[in-house]
Amino acid sequence: MTDLHTLTVAAARVALAAGTLSSYELTEALLARIQAVEPRVRAFITLTGEQALAEARAADATRRPDSGPLHGIPLAIKDVICTNGVRTTCGSAILETFVPPYDATVVSRLKAAGAISLGKLNCDEFAMGSSTETSAFHITRNPWDLERVPGGSSGGSAAAVAALMAPASLGTDTGGSIRQPAALCGVSGLKPTYGRVSRFGLVAYGSSLDQIGPFARTVEDLALLMQVIAGHDPRDGTSAPVPVADYCAALSGEVRGLRIGVPGEYFVEGMEPGVEQATREAIAVLRAQGAEVVELSLPHTRYALPAYYIIAPAEASANLARFDGVRYGPREPGESMWDEIELTRGRRFGPEVRRRIMLGTYALSAGYYDAYYKRAQQVRTLIKRDFDAAFAHVDVIAAPTSPTVAFKVGEKLDNPIAMYLSDVCTLPINLAGVPSLVVPCGFSQGLPVGLQLIGRPFDEATLLRVGDAYQRLTDWHTRYPAL
Amino acid sequence: MPEYISTIGLEIHAQVRTASKMFDGCSADYAGSPPNSRVSVVSLGLPGALPVVNARAIEYAALSGLALNCTVNQRSIFSRKSYPYPDLPKGFQITQYDEPLCSDGWIEIRLASGATRRIGIERLHIEEDTGRLIHADDGSSLIDYNRSGVPLMEIVTRPDIATPEEARLTFEKIRQILVWIGVNSGNLEEGALRCDANVSVRPAGQAAYGAKVEIKNINSFRFVERALAFEIQRQIAVLEAGGVVTQETRGWDEFRGETVGQRSKEYAHDYRYFPEPDIPPLVLSAEWIAARRAELPELPDARRARFESGYALSPQDADLLTLERPIADYFEAAVAAAQAVGGTPKDVANWVLNEGFRLLKERNEPAVRLVERMPVAHLAALIDLVARGAINRNVAKQVFEASFDSGADPARLVAEQGLTQISDSAALASVAREVIAANPRVVAEYRGGKTSAIQYLVGQMMRATRGQANPQLARELLEAALAAEQ
Repeated sequence: MTDLHTLTVAAARVALAAGTLSSYELTEALLARIQAVEPRVRAFITLTGEQALAEARAADATRRPDSGPLHGIPLAIKDVICTNGVRTTCGSAILETFVPPYDATVVSRLKAAGAISLGKLNCDEFAMGSSTETSAFHITRNPWDLERVPGGSSGGSAAAVAALMAPASLGTDTGGSIRQPAALCGVSGLKPTYGRVSRFGLVAYGSSLDQIGPFARTVEDLALLMQVIAGHDPRDGTSAPVPVADYCAALSGEVRGLRIGVPGEYFVEGMEPGVEQATREAIAVLRAQGAEVVELSLPHTRYALPAYYIIAPAEASANLARFDGVRYGPREPGESMWDEIELTRGRRFGPEVRRRIMLGTYALSAGYYDAYYKRAQQVRTLIKRDFDAAFAHVDVIAAPTSPTVAFKVGEKLDNPIAMYLSDVCTLPINLAGVPSLVVPCGFSQGLPVGLQLIGRPFDEATLLRVGDAYQRLTDWHTRYPAL
Repeated sequence: MPEYISTIGLEIHAQVRTASKMFDGCSADYAGSPPNSRVSVVSLGLPGALPVVNARAIEYAALSGLALNCTVNQRSIFSRKSYPYPDLPKGFQITQYDEPLCSDGWIEIRLASGATRRIGIERLHIEEDTGRLIHADDGSSLIDYNRSGVPLMEIVTRPDIATPEEARLTFEKIRQILVWIGVNSGNLEEGALRCDANVSVRPAGQAAYGAKVEIKNINSFRFVERALAFEIQRQIAVLEAGGVVTQETRGWDEFRGETVGQRSKEYAHDYRYFPEPDIPPLVLSAEWIAARRAELPELPDARRARFESGYALSPQDADLLTLERPIADYFEAAVAAAQAVGGTPKDVANWVLNEGFRLLKERNEPAVRLVERMPVAHLAALIDLVARGAINRNVAKQVFEASFDSGADPARLVAEQGLTQISDSAALASVAREVIAANPRVVAEYRGGKTSAIQYLVGQMMRATRGQANPQLARELLEAALAAEQ
């Protein structure tokens, strides 16, 4: 087998269980693929190939009929998720040398399920960005066009899966950071309901918005990963004690009778025609299978972006206060304690992170709290109500993911507002806390387009069912970039 | 010089005595531990760490609120208070701001004059303690995070306090209550209880408060009183000189006996409070709050009143016996045991307060040590020996001290050392005759009408019997012998 690196998680599971494939062979194949394409894509910050091979050998030696659901399956993890003994940088110079002494809950759960880590994936610094260009380490390229960005902030997670360097990966999504890169790289990605997946060990950006979720090339694989990472965690006070559905069993292929709402507000002015066309065609595919499609309105959509850019930076300004070089990470030498702290923060945070810290600090400062933070929270409530009202009538909402396909490296880096607008269709979902799935649904200008499916809180099962049904009817998800 | 009115409010920080820290399972018992040995991912605020509320700490804080006559709010929220300082590993402190756990309570203090005053409690909220920064001689700074994340209650009084004495009494009363209900160790030296005081002065007749000065980190009752007395005089002097009191934070310099302005940047902050997104609002049911109320023990003031009325103790004695709960419990247990052998509550109170407290003071030991030094059974045995006339009061005092020091049962001490009171008339009658024979001059004085001279003869009899003579009997026998010889 020369193309082991193209195996999905589900296919690899079958082969591993049947004994026709060893975890060592699979890991070796993926590392060979990484060696071949990573110099051009640059999805990883830290590769742990040796460790992965050793774990694969151990997995092969310990395989039993009742081994964990991901036994011996190599994956990769966004570098904002803590891994015990493996450097975790958040794409920032301020954490260049930080090696966590503990595993995030999702990492513990993946390990318990038998998964192997290939390494840590590049992202925008502290997950702040939509292009993976704000990483302090390097730019990650879109495997479909190396002149273009993979999206962000989880650009490394999307690019690694799209470039067949890993069958699946973990990313995080605060305002679209899983879904937008999934769309731009032509892979599947799920942002779970807020509280569905533990955030313990996720280096926080916007604590009330952050969720960890999976990337893969099929919805079936997303279901397999979700089954492992979802569930209540007593170490995360915001994780919900809601039972986890059997996601794989939910993949019935059936959409008949499903009510799909299409919000007019998401087809924004200036949207790329090819994106709108691919999105509407995807919805038509579901309608043809017996789903009922209705137009609907989410009237407060236009206020999501300004509300998000107050709430997320406000939370970030406090979350990032701990990075002072005193306890971990590099420290810039200075005249005094305060001098060292100021120099470390001033020099080692990148410009986008500094911008958001200042935005958030301003929004929370005395005399401005009511006008900004409090008002933004009120807007958030209105946005939540939009979704509550919509879900009284429909089961799923279908919308575009990003107004455009992948843009050129450097195109928006100097224009924060243009960059922020890239997430205009994904931000409201985080503010509402609802789950959202992206699946590839075609191409525009030769670049991938993703369909966004939004569900009721904790109803990931329905999203996965619809996404899987769509992938049974289409082959967009089976197309690979020529690298 | 016009008369001035001072207005004082206290902010008391009290550590909550839980086994683990406020937001994770890390051990909170750091006293005597090597630096940075009681730390965890959460208490170090490492990237990715999340806080989870310690349910026991909430129970204790609610119990404290109830003991301070507060309302326990069914909904309260945690907030982030941002300020940069290396002892605060997250760069913000998790605290409560506009929706605290408890609000609107009061305590009653009793002044030296005997008058009582009610001091309002504005709020009690829960937060986390910080680490400790140590500045070394070589100019470097060291940080110990053992204390980081220890649960802390902040208790804020209303500005109802008028004098430094009332401030000290308020601090003492709050300490007494918190220690009484078992939520705080009461150890001021170790920082388990700390006090900040806000004070302003204004000329009598002026309605508006003067500028408020905050005195930080006062860690003894005496210093609270002295720091406020100094600060009030300082502010009055500023006003008298035609100056303006600046609103500021000052520290208490115990060596100079002065408050000193603190220009450090650590106190000049916009804290940028906002609701802590990692902790959902804390919602407590009415049943839960009722269960806490049911757990509340009889509080010191109620117990003092009951001691006065139920045991016929003086207000002073009742006060001393209810300063600490173990002493009050000990007293009641001793009363029960003493009454069984014919002793009275007053007997017990006298032994505890006169002999017990005196010896503790001499040995430089805390009052609660009496419980171990003189177990209830021993005190009851002693009272029994006296009640039965087996030993007299003077011998009993010696036995109390011997038992206090050795831990031996008083009955055994009396038996072993042959201290039993001599109530044998025949034996004592011969001693009486000897004493009369040996003291002709005193006997003559007695017979000459100076009946008080008999005291001397009784003393001689006690001496001859190494204090074991029953003094009452000795006197009777002397009187009888003197009358017979006449």
